[in-house]
Amino acid sequence: MTTATFSMQRVDPYNPPAEHLRLQQEDSISQVPWANTGTIWAITKHADVRAVLGDARFSSDRTLPGHPMNSGYVTGSDLKQLIAMDPPEHTQHRLRVMGEFTVKKIAALRPRIEEIVEETIDAMLASGHEADLVEALSLPVPSMVIADLLGVPYEDHGFFQENSATFVDIDTPMEGRVAAMGALKAYVGELVASRVTSPGDDILSRQLAAGADPVELTGLGFLLLIAGHETTANMISLCVATLLDRPELLKQLRDDPSLMPGAVEELLRYFTIAEVGHQRLATADIEIDGTLIRAGEAVYAFANVANRDPEVFPEPNTIDFTRGARNHVAFGFGPHQCLGQNLARLELEIVLEAVVRRLPTLRLAVPFDEIPFKEHGPNYGVYKLPVAW
Amino acid sequence: MQITANRSTCIGSGQCVFTDPDTFDQDDDGLVMVLRPAPASPDELAAAKEAVHICPSRSLALSGEAP
Repeated sequence: MTTATFSMQRVDPYNPPAEHLRLQQEDSISQVPWANTGTIWAITKHADVRAVLGDARFSSDRTLPGHPMNSGYVTGSDLKQLIAMDPPEHTQHRLRVMGEFTVKKIAALRPRIEEIVEETIDAMLASGHEADLVEALSLPVPSMVIADLLGVPYEDHGFFQENSATFVDIDTPMEGRVAAMGALKAYVGELVASRVTSPGDDILSRQLAAGADPVELTGLGFLLLIAGHETTANMISLCVATLLDRPELLKQLRDDPSLMPGAVEELLRYFTIAEVGHQRLATADIEIDGTLIRAGEAVYAFANVANRDPEVFPEPNTIDFTRGARNHVAFGFGPHQCLGQNLARLELEIVLEAVVRRLPTLRLAVPFDEIPFKEHGPNYGVYKLPVAW
Repeated sequence: MQITANRSTCIGSGQCVFTDPDTFDQDDDGLVMVLRPAPASPDELAAAKEAVHICPSRSLALSGEAP
């Protein structure tokens, strides 16, 4: 049996896997070897990635036989999550929660997120003159923001943060990580149960008031936790590493803080860290840019190279904060586009602004190419970011 | 030109509001609301076009004559 599979490994910290870039230039829609489906269609151009992710006939239902995300271990006890549903079921479920993530509601969180970031940087500065930025800043900020949204009481923040960090820590043996995940799931379940009897001003309480089933809501709470934690942390670390490695970019932000929203958008495009959610199963024969994809075939829309498509982003490998890269697909495209994207943008903006303002002497404590990057995915980022000030 | 929005496919990503807050808003459920359905200038039209292009659920459309 062949175990050949398409390489997802990054060799250059600033660029998508070389093989993906080659395909985009030479063979932009092509079938490549894939572990659990034999082959998969690699979609690499921006327009084609939008076409695939925007068409729900490319199904996200990973319980379907032949779906590239079907692990083969469907237990029946796992709740189907938003990310595994197709419209119209998906639309109905997303409608229940999306009111929590409107542009205005997220913007209203700014003062609280600023407070979290200031306190986190205070603690980092008080700890000495060097730190692993992942542990000191990148992970705690999104963890505390989600804890707030879910209504985790202040006295439980330590437990919440510790287990969230253990869950994604590669130095922790797998049993420890699974145990941390179990502890968090159980905790979210208890939180939901407590909100049934004593509602608060949080997502879980509002969902219960709107008639949510407590078991389903526990699944949703946990999904929000894992979706918004490590991803945001990875982006914070990559952005700070980039600014420290390329002082001319840091200087631009220091000289003109109004560049920040455009910088966040450009860095989202540039790193496109989330790849794992873009696998689909064709449920009909569909032609994409002249190539016929048949029902039953697996498809992978590579947002990472789509965001380097020179037809859409001139000089795609240059970081340009004034590019106006709003049409990137770093948060995906189509009905499953990231629910928390406006929150992620706001967190990144606030954190980077605070880093630029409050840490003028911040520097990398190891050479850039010795930073342990998450070269193998599934999400790109860094494991550790040693810094000093 | 006229902007139309399909609220039955809208997923509340808010990207239209983010792109063109003068033309689009979201209700309490997150669903799109068109505040200014007829762009009155080339600038307004350009902003609306970008929002239509960015909409991830393809719930927005522009039709008719340009201003």
